[in-house]
Amino acid sequence: MASFRLFRLYYCGVLCSFYGLSGMTSDSPNAQAAGLWQPNRQLNKRVEAIVKVLFGGFALISVVTTLGIVLTLIFETFEFFREVPLWRFLSDRQWTPLFSNAQYGIWVLVSATLLTTGIAILVALPLGLLAAVYLSEYANPKVRKWLKPALEILAGVPSVVFGYFALLTVTPFLRSFIPGLQGFNALSAGLILGVSIIPLVASLSEDALYSVPDSLRQGSYAIGATKRETITSVVIPAALSGIVASFILAVSRAIGETMIVSLAAGQNPTLGFNPLVPVMTMTAFIVQVSLGDTPAGSLAYKSIFAVGMTLFLMTLVLNIISFWVVRRFREKYE
Amino acid sequence: MTVQNPQISGGFSPVESEFKPATAQRYRWDRIFWFASLAAVVISLLVLLVLLIDVLTDGLPRLSWQFLTTFPSRRAEEAGLLSALVGSIYLLFIVAIFAFPIGVGAGIFLEEFVADSWFENIIEVNISNLAGVPSIIYGLLGLAMFVRLMEPITGGRSLLAGGLTLALLVLPVIIVSTREALRAVPDSLRLAGFALGATRWQVVREQILPQAFPGILTGMILALSRAIGETAALITIGALTFISFLPESWRDPFTALPIQIYNWVSRPQKPFHINSAAGIIVLMALLLLMNSVAIYLRNRFQRRF
Repeated sequence: MASFRLFRLYYCGVLCSFYGLSGMTSDSPNAQAAGLWQPNRQLNKRVEAIVKVLFGGFALISVVTTLGIVLTLIFETFEFFREVPLWRFLSDRQWTPLFSNAQYGIWVLVSATLLTTGIAILVALPLGLLAAVYLSEYANPKVRKWLKPALEILAGVPSVVFGYFALLTVTPFLRSFIPGLQGFNALSAGLILGVSIIPLVASLSEDALYSVPDSLRQGSYAIGATKRETITSVVIPAALSGIVASFILAVSRAIGETMIVSLAAGQNPTLGFNPLVPVMTMTAFIVQVSLGDTPAGSLAYKSIFAVGMTLFLMTLVLNIISFWVVRRFREKYE
Repeated sequence: MTVQNPQISGGFSPVESEFKPATAQRYRWDRIFWFASLAAVVISLLVLLVLLIDVLTDGLPRLSWQFLTTFPSRRAEEAGLLSALVGSIYLLFIVAIFAFPIGVGAGIFLEEFVADSWFENIIEVNISNLAGVPSIIYGLLGLAMFVRLMEPITGGRSLLAGGLTLALLVLPVIIVSTREALRAVPDSLRLAGFALGATRWQVVREQILPQAFPGILTGMILALSRAIGETAALITIGALTFISFLPESWRDPFTALPIQIYNWVSRPQKPFHINSAAGIIVLMALLLLMNSVAIYLRNRFQRRF
C-alpha cells in the first residue's frame, strides 16, 4: 500500500514536471522575456520528486525496523519451538538450557524479572510521583529551572554505571545491616533499577500534572481546600490518565532493563521471589549467552530469541495498554 | 436580603455546627505532604550525588594519560582504555553517518510532505512503539540481521554491524526531535516561500531547515549520547570484551567504552573495579561534554518566533 502511494507521488511529480515545462513554453508571449528569465522548473520538480521518494523511503525504515524485529523474533522462536515443545517452555520448573539435561521453564526467568521490576516500582512509583508533584505544584520557576535538568542528568546516566553502583556500592552497604544478603541479589538491583526510572515517572507525571488548568485549583481553594487537599483530590485525579500511563511505561522500561540486573542480580536461575539471593532475569540470560561463543543455529542461540520474544511481548502489551489508557481516559481541557 | 431570611439561616445553622474545619490538623498534613514531595526530589538527586562522588573517589587516582593510551591487559594495573575509547568514537561516526541523514530525511518527509495523512499516522504510532522496545531486542535484531544475514557486507561481529544496530536504536530520537524543530518554524515562512513560486523542497532546503537546524542538532547530540552509553545491544550482537588492537576498517571486531566497563565490573578482583570507575569517569566526561555542547547550541541559536 505504502509503496503504491509512493509510486503515485513520484509518478505525479514526473507528470507535473512535464506539464510545468510545456505550460511555460506555450504561454511565454515573447522571446525577449523568456530570454531574461528562464526558470528551470522541470529540474526543480524532478529534484522534488526524487527528494520525496528518498525521504519517504527513509521514513519507511522505521516500519521496516519494526517488521524486522517481529519477523526475526518469530522466525527464530519458531525454530526454537520445533526442538523444545511449548508446553515444556511453560511448565518446566527449572531453566538450564546450557546443561546436558536441559530444562526450559521460562517462569524461572519471568519470576526474576517480575521480582526486580516489582522492587523497582516500589521505589520509583512513590518517589517519582512525589517528585513530579513537587516540581509541578510547589517549586517556584527558579528552582524548577535547576531541578529539571538535574533529573535529566539522572536519566542520562548509562545503565552500566548504575550497574557498577548497585553491585559495588549499594550491595556492600546493604549487607552491613541485612544478614543473609548475598553478593548478587535482586534487592539492590531492584532498588537501583527503581532509581534509574524515577526521572521517567517524574517527567511524564509532571507533564500530566502541569497541564491541569489552574481554574480547577482555584475552584478547589475557593471551597476551602488546603493545598494538599487540592493536589490529592483535584489535581492528581484530573491528571490520572497521564500518571497511570507513565507508571506503565516505567514498568515496561524496568522489564527491559539489562545492565543493572545482569551485573547486580546475578546469573543464577532460581524460581521464587526471594530478594536476598541471586536470580537471573530474562535480559540477564540473553547477556550471559551472548558473552559466550554461541554458534548460529545452536539451541542456545535460538533460546535467546525465544526469551527475547517473551520480553518483547510483555513490553509490547504494556506499551499498548499505556497508549490506550491515555486515549481512553484523558480529560481534555482546552 | 436572602441572607437575612430566617428560614434559610435556620436551615444552615445545624450544618455549621457539625462542620469542623480542623485547620491545624489539615495544615499539619499539608506540611508533611510538602516535606515528602521535597524529600522525593532530594533523595533522587542525593543518589545521583553519592553515585558521582563514589565513582570519582574510586576512579580519579587511577585516571592518567597512560590509562587512556594503553590496551586492556590481564593485569589490572597495566590495563588501559585505548581500544574501547577508539571503538566508541568510531561507533559514533558510523551511527552519525547512517542515522543523521535517514532520521532528518524521515522527519522532513513526515512533517513537511505528508503531514496529517494516514501514512504519517501509521509511522507516528510505529515510532512511538519503537521507542518502547527494550534496547536488548534491538541487539537481537542486529544479531540476526547485520551479524548473520548481512555477514558478507558487515563482516560479522564488526564495527559496522554495531554501528548499524545503534543507528536503528537512536533513529526514533532523531526523527522525533527533527519533527519538533520543524514544527516550531512558523507557517508564514513556508507560505512566503510558496508565494514566490518555490517548490516544497526548495522552501524546506532554503528557509525551514536553516531555521530548524539548532533544534535538529540538539536532537542529534542527544541521540549520540544515548548511543555512547548503550551496552546491552552491543553485547547481544557479540562485541568482544577483550581487544588489544585497534580496528583497521569498519569490518573489524571492536569493543566500546561501556562494554569495557561492564567487563571490568563483572570481574571479582578489586583492582579491575577501580579501572571500571576510571572508565566510568571517562564515559561520563564524554557525555557531559556532548550534553553541554547541545545546551550551548540550544541557547546560542534558538530563535523564538
